[in-house]
Amino acid sequence: MNKIIIASALLALVATSGTALAGGASPEAVEKVVASSWKDPNTKNPEGAKPDWASRLVQDNLQKACSQTRNQPTKDLAEEIVADAKASVKFPEDGKLLGDWKNGEKIAQDGRGQRYNDKVGEPSGGNCYACHQIDKKELAYGTIGPSLAEYGKLRDFKDDAVKATYEKIYNSHSTIACSNMPRFGAQGILTIEQIKDVTALLMDKESPVNK
Amino acid sequence: MAFRHSFAARLASAAMGLCAALGLAGLASEAVAQDATKGIEEYRKMMAADPFSNPGLLAVDAGEALWKTARGTKNVSLETCDLGKGPGVLKGAMAEMPRYFADADKVMDVERRIIWCMENIQGLDTKDIVKKAFSGAGQDNSEMEVLASYVSAQSNGMPVVPQLSHPKEKESYDIGEALFYTRAGPHDFSCQTCHGSSGTRIRLQELPDLSKPGKEAQAAVATWPAYRVSTNSIKTMQHRMSDCYRQMRMPKVGFGSDAVTALVVYLMKQAEGGEVNVPALKR
Ligand code: HEC
Ligand code: HEC
Repeated sequence: MNKIIIASALLALVATSGTALAGGASPEAVEKVVASSWKDPNTKNPEGAKPDWASRLVQDNLQKACSQTRNQPTKDLAEEIVADAKASVKFPEDGKLLGDWKNGEKIAQDGRGQRYNDKVGEPSGGNCYACHQIDKKELAYGTIGPSLAEYGKLRDFKDDAVKATYEKIYNSHSTIACSNMPRFGAQGILTIEQIKDVTALLMDKESPVNK
Repeated sequence: MAFRHSFAARLASAAMGLCAALGLAGLASEAVAQDATKGIEEYRKMMAADPFSNPGLLAVDAGEALWKTARGTKNVSLETCDLGKGPGVLKGAMAEMPRYFADADKVMDVERRIIWCMENIQGLDTKDIVKKAFSGAGQDNSEMEVLASYVSAQSNGMPVVPQLSHPKEKESYDIGEALFYTRAGPHDFSCQTCHGSSGTRIRLQELPDLSKPGKEAQAAVATWPAYRVSTNSIKTMQHRMSDCYRQMRMPKVGFGSDAVTALVVYLMKQAEGGEVNVPALKR
């Protein structure tokens, strides 16, 4: 349902103003080059080959919308993207959103997973430190995203902040359309259990992030 | 030579740990990064005093020898290869590549053109050369790495002049620009995610802003092949693109493919006016 909404907004975007596309290449021209440049992705990547490998060359509706608008969707499109992202979030069956912050820290440090030279079948990391400051003791942090130091403390550990954080990690577009942050839950990078653990890293009172 | 090598090795160990990137676990520390930065600075000073202390120059020399070696079914060298400025003219060629080549009816960057010349002038079977285009850890430089280094270094000191007058060059630019913003794969990354603003970094690695023309793009683009201190080896632009697509969790992109060519056309436009400096020294 929501996918269809985005698709229709996209169609409207492309139909009403070709100039809404920032660049001069037609999507068809780009697709043709992609098809010729990544030939037979499955056989070329025996180490990391997965059934979904070839599908990575095909954009989903969100990726299309954000690419074609150069991550600056119109207000209407942005609202649809946010609503779509919110609707995509799956919550744990028992309703508990805080897992084990110690494990969350490991996940935040771990950048493995999903590349063609990664082992298949092992859980992926979240690699949060690549983009965020989190525990102040870790100095090797990136700055693509904002600092998350003292994240829970700054939010008074409130229940709705816990929920918002879980949603943000599950699908980053639930707060900002065309966010640069991966959709960890919606794209199946992290499991629900792992998302609970990183939520705890940010929101648990005992987490060193909040000390 | 021995001195130069050991210096490079020392730098390499200082720079280790910087590879944390989006890949390895967080082994890097601020101290290590500062050491490496200082090391590279020290090294740059040394190179300014003695330009021949750049270990990448060994690759340039090896490339020159290979360029002039007769090989293939036609048993000739690459010396008549036309890189856009006429057969055999290397000076300034890389500063104006990628460009459209009528004989191939394609836009080609340096590496793709070298392969074309091997096949068409020398009659070489390039399958294996392409397969081994990127040397692995501890391996000798590949044929592609030394040839691209030699050819590109002949443009040193010259300004980048993007070629966009031919319709196929313009088309390639447009596709490169689109690819730069194309989000795909499980992480929804595009080049823009990591190279879309100034002053950001992944872990401790600084990321050049390649979304707009200027100094950052100039320093990042017209400087490949580069001597990478962290791996102690020469790496080419084709390798750089391939490795960024790996970090994007995309399948392996084809060597010399239209997609990589298009990205290089786009990047060279962003680097317009920058000075070619090959092989530059990088982390
Ligand atoms: C590729 C970069 C990237 C990675 C990896 C990343 N993030 Fe983010 N994150 C961002 C950016 C950019 C923002 C700011 C824009 C936004 O809110 O979408 C952000 C925002 C956030 C916010 C909201 C902050 C606020 O003040 O509202 C949270 C919470 C967050 N990230 C948590 C995480 C966690 C946990 C992980 C790892 C599981 C992670 N991020 C991985 C880029 C990233
Ligand atoms: C997930 C992050 C990420 C993405 C996405 C990414 N890159 Fe990079 N890129 C890096 C990092 C990190 C480096 C520095 C690597 C190093 O020093 O080891 C780099 C280096 C580069 C450089 C060389 C910079 C220099 O100073 O010499 C170029 C050029 C480049 N990238 C272009 C691209 C292009 C084009 C794309 C898209 C096809 C892309 N990158 C996608 C992370 C990324």
